[in-house]
Amino acid sequence: MRAFTYESPRSLDQALGLFATAGEKARALVGGTDLLIQMRAGVRQPDVVIDVKGIPELQILSFDPQSGLRLGAAVPSCRITEDKMMQDKYPGLTEAAGLIGSVQIKNRCSVGGNLCNGSPAADTTPALIALDATCVIAGAKGTRTVKAEEFVLSPGRTVLQPGEILVEFRIPAPKPHSSDCYQRFIPRNEMDIAVVGVGAAVTLNGDTCTAARIGLGAVAATPLLAKAASESLVGKPLTEQAIAAAAALAQQLATPITDMRGTAEYRQHMVGVLTRRVLNEAAKRTKKK
Amino acid sequence: MANKVLVETTLNGETVEFLCEPRQSLLEVLRDVLGFTGAKEGCLTGDCGACSVIMDGRVACACLVLGPEVQGKKIETVEGMAKDGENLHPLQQKFLEHAALQCGICTPGFLVAAKALLDRNPKPTEHEVRFALAGNLCRCTGYDKIVHAVMDAAAVMQGR
Repeated sequence: MRAFTYESPRSLDQALGLFATAGEKARALVGGTDLLIQMRAGVRQPDVVIDVKGIPELQILSFDPQSGLRLGAAVPSCRITEDKMMQDKYPGLTEAAGLIGSVQIKNRCSVGGNLCNGSPAADTTPALIALDATCVIAGAKGTRTVKAEEFVLSPGRTVLQPGEILVEFRIPAPKPHSSDCYQRFIPRNEMDIAVVGVGAAVTLNGDTCTAARIGLGAVAATPLLAKAASESLVGKPLTEQAIAAAAALAQQLATPITDMRGTAEYRQHMVGVLTRRVLNEAAKRTKKK
Repeated sequence: MANKVLVETTLNGETVEFLCEPRQSLLEVLRDVLGFTGAKEGCLTGDCGACSVIMDGRVACACLVLGPEVQGKKIETVEGMAKDGENLHPLQQKFLEHAALQCGICTPGFLVAAKALLDRNPKPTEHEVRFALAGNLCRCTGYDKIVHAVMDAAAVMQGR
């Protein structure tokens, strides 16, 4: 690994000073589960590694019935999966956080890191998209917000500009009779990267769907919001037919590639399968509350 | 080398200070600076778990932790498992009894990961043990003996 300077700021202001000074030569470190591997491989070669885990704002995990969830970008997956409120209110995001790697990895990795790594296959990103998450970004000039589905620009590249840092996610409080779900396909039980991942959040009024959002992972250059598929469900009962129609729209949006994890055709097929499954499961969960 | 940083940490209950370059991983620090060679270098990508250590009560791959990150933390390695360095931890004893190792290179990682599990969940099901150890790879014994050793150690530690 190439030599670099290590910084561990204790406040957001201090961190922003360090990021402003180092500019594009800086890289934020949370769990290191992607970054250190990339640095060893020479894929990323920062001159300054800024460990952001000690910044209080990035460790926030709090829920308010009006304003919803605040999830700090550096909160480790293990804290999410063990959190009762997260399990109850955001089961889809919680299961996505629980699917990343081994116990060793989950103890270190974060939803913020998962997103900033910029992988189209990040498990938590479709779940964030389904929940209509807003990313709060801080920089020298102040704070700005970006929707989760707009954060990744291309594999490994995000909207973060030199000097900026992802601070937290804001996610609306779940409405009555709403829930979310994330599922991925991998050819084994654990410890793999999604061949396809789909997240969905639905709100029901009786049997009628009043809101839906579907997020897709590993089927395009970036994680996607399946807008047409989501909107097709609104105002309709979530019948098998309506769900199949939404799944078909989601498939139309997917532009997967063929790689060692699966062929494009297979991924295209699995988008439909998983979209149906997560919609059914999310709908089922709305009735448990 | 210039640019070394001074780090103070607790290693197996004792305060230690070391100097390292920021690019040195906790694994390199343990093995090459402090002489604790229990944690093994396997894949260096967080896939094999041979370098597992416990950091503030949670198991992590030492290859994916930078040396300076452990400032003020509590680190436990396999060297700390046997009391006074002599009396084997029940997990170590049961690994021997069940022949849960052959070449042994994965063993420290399995022991540490299993200890981290039992510290949090003293009565795990077999399913929970298998998931908790999914981040540790063994290429010779197969996993059944390891899982049985962990289940047996849990029972002994519970006085069952």
